[in-house]
Amino acid sequence: MNKRKLSNILGTSLMGSMLLITAIFLLIFLIRMFSKGFAVLSPEFFFSMPRNAMTEGGIWPALVGTFLLTTLAMLVSLPLGIFTAIWLTNYARPRWLVRILRIAINTLAGTPSIIFGLFGMAIFVNLMGFDVSLISGGLTLAILALPVIINNTEEALRAVPVEFRDASLALGATPRQTIMRVLMPAALPNVLTGAIISVSRVAGETAPIMFTAATFYSRRLPQGPGDEVMALPYHIYALMTEGTHPGSQVPIAYGTALVLLLLVLLISGAAIIIRSSIRRKRQW
Amino acid sequence: MVNIQIQTSELNLWFGKNHVLRDVNLPVHSNQVTAMIGPSGCGKSTLLRCFNRMNDLIPETRITGKITLGEEDIYAPRADVTTIRSRVGMVFQKPNPFPKSIFHNVAYGLMIQGKFPRHELRDRVEESLRAAWLWDEVKDRLNSSAMCLSGGQQQRLCIARALANRPKVLLLDEPTSALDPQSTAKIEELCLELKKSVTILIVTHNVAKAGRISDHTAFMYLGELVEFDRTEKMFTVPADKRTEAYLTGVFG
Amino acid sequence: MKSFQEKTFRSLTYLAALLTIACMLGIIAGIFGEGMPLFRSVGIREFLFTNSWYPTHTPREFGALALIVGSLVVTLGALIIAIPLGLGSAIFISEIAGNRLREIAKPVIELLAGIPSVVYGLFGMAFLAPLLREWLGLETGLNVFTASVILGVMIVPIICSMSEDALSGIPRNIREASFALGATRIETIFKAVIPAAKSGIIGSVLMGFGRAIGETMVVLMVAGGAASIPESIFAPARPMTSTIAAEMGETVMGDLHYRSLFALAILLFLITFVSNLVTELVFLKKRDA
Repeated sequence: MNKRKLSNILGTSLMGSMLLITAIFLLIFLIRMFSKGFAVLSPEFFFSMPRNAMTEGGIWPALVGTFLLTTLAMLVSLPLGIFTAIWLTNYARPRWLVRILRIAINTLAGTPSIIFGLFGMAIFVNLMGFDVSLISGGLTLAILALPVIINNTEEALRAVPVEFRDASLALGATPRQTIMRVLMPAALPNVLTGAIISVSRVAGETAPIMFTAATFYSRRLPQGPGDEVMALPYHIYALMTEGTHPGSQVPIAYGTALVLLLLVLLISGAAIIIRSSIRRKRQW
Repeated sequence: MVNIQIQTSELNLWFGKNHVLRDVNLPVHSNQVTAMIGPSGCGKSTLLRCFNRMNDLIPETRITGKITLGEEDIYAPRADVTTIRSRVGMVFQKPNPFPKSIFHNVAYGLMIQGKFPRHELRDRVEESLRAAWLWDEVKDRLNSSAMCLSGGQQQRLCIARALANRPKVLLLDEPTSALDPQSTAKIEELCLELKKSVTILIVTHNVAKAGRISDHTAFMYLGELVEFDRTEKMFTVPADKRTEAYLTGVFG
Repeated sequence: MKSFQEKTFRSLTYLAALLTIACMLGIIAGIFGEGMPLFRSVGIREFLFTNSWYPTHTPREFGALALIVGSLVVTLGALIIAIPLGLGSAIFISEIAGNRLREIAKPVIELLAGIPSVVYGLFGMAFLAPLLREWLGLETGLNVFTASVILGVMIVPIICSMSEDALSGIPRNIREASFALGATRIETIFKAVIPAAKSGIIGSVLMGFGRAIGETMVVLMVAGGAASIPESIFAPARPMTSTIAAEMGETVMGDLHYRSLFALAILLFLITFVSNLVTELVFLKKRDA
């Protein structure tokens, strides 16, 4: 066999083995998470409060906390992000402002999550006096999610054929009517998919909530937006690093991690499935 | 009695530095079909898009002169673009129905005005679909998606959609160039019928078609309106040498 | 009336755009505002180049060299792992694999990208670190090596999906021309396709760099705790991000230690900002090409 043929075979196998190694890592990871975490799962684990200095009991408050934080974050960032994307695709004047906005979006997208956490602490917790609370954490997470939502919505809007816009305007519709009646409805499925993926991302973030919302030990569920909350990702971290009884707490950490993992995978998976079914059904 | 529905007056248009339309004075007669012909790039589509101010959407467009619809100049600073566009409708080269139901496509122009009750919408939709010779084919499936229609049907749907606004003028930009011969023939016949109720201005690169269906023809060349006359007269005894050259197929 | 609705709608979108810009400005102002005052007491050169991070001793010192080196070393290690894995997988998916494999692999990579970093951290801390400590007879499994491995696997999806996009964006006729000249598949990939996709691939690596150097939870949980320059890859390290996360809880608002952590944040922000800028320029070049 000549040298070139040999290196072709070797090269191809090498590339394939890269994918294989990645897949094996993923497999080991998933197997470990599932096996260690599954042992701990039970209805009690989901729905009861933690007991005995976090060595027994369930993670219900962390689930609630994550749910509340994520909901608040999306309530703020979805409208803000969608409207910004609409401005970018339909109004976008003057041009220097568009450029600054793009810089802002790219900067926000590339900023490490711990810096969001610091910002949240400096502004929401301290300056605005919200203290470590649901609202501080939610707002911080909202800013984190913002660039993703803007980019995704903008892409969804630009994917709508320009013929629809022309037809609408030619019939005497205003830009606002065209956006609300034709462009957004056509872009909506993609916007929604992006929003769903953002939800799973926000739910899994730890650094932004470390100093703005999260607590390890809370006697009761949050009573209002000013209360601090437990959250799944922070709970995992705290169990592993602040916990005093690793014997019983590491399994709980695995269980919590599995719950978080399942949550994230299910949400992202749903979004991906929705997106491909949209692509198939799309009439244009 | 000559009745001019809409006309341009010393119309000039620039895209950036390009002087695309030069001193165009074009009168469009009421309830007649006026065809605009000319070689590619002569500005006929650009001129068409001036009549409903769709050129406003293109950045760096500058216009001088007037276009008068009835008594008003549609380019007056106070003029309301959306009202103008409901009075001057347009059908595009490639059919572009919305991804909505047939009913909602036709009713769109009325729904955005927000002043039509449900039953009146239904009546107007039927009236427009009948006028576009599409009613019989779709009357049983008004709620089905418009995208399921064939190319020719979609274009007639777009005509119905434009007619729903009861416009004074209907602009057609090479409406059959993307369609098969049968659909083309049908739409040409439709134009002859429609002119009884709407003034029609049609851009076409097909000289024979212009000869078949139009009452007046405007010949454009390099942004200028070279000749405008009754079709029979222009096609038999063109006044300008360039017109003659184009009509006999020397260029274009 | 209609005009009022139009104006209001337009103003709302305009307001949203302004608020977004305000968020960026707010972050910059917040970080710089809280961090810059440190440099009244500590020289910039001392901050960047001295290896003496003793924020709680007397006298206090804020030489962050060990932290900076920690970040760079762990990030470099992560890239060393992630580039072959990510680029190799991308090449395989885009150029070699059949359609069915591609349809499975792409969503899987996308799912991998969604795994929360704290879960990776747990995996590293509770599984990989003890394992490596046993296998390799180390003092501790929480070190640069373990952190690089976990971090590397974490950024594989980024490098893989961006590179794959770049590769599959190269038009078919380039490959056809190469094959028609008698080249093998591997030769076509490495000599024709990859050079054409160069800027996209470089962009993906830069993105991976930015993500890795900004990552907090993985390094916090897996890289160990020592704020010293790691002497070997099996020594612990303290990147900037984990320093901020670990020490912020102990500081008093407004005092020097607090400000020093914000100063680290400024440095981190500048690094990722420049990295993003370079990525943008790389992509800009691609668009012209």
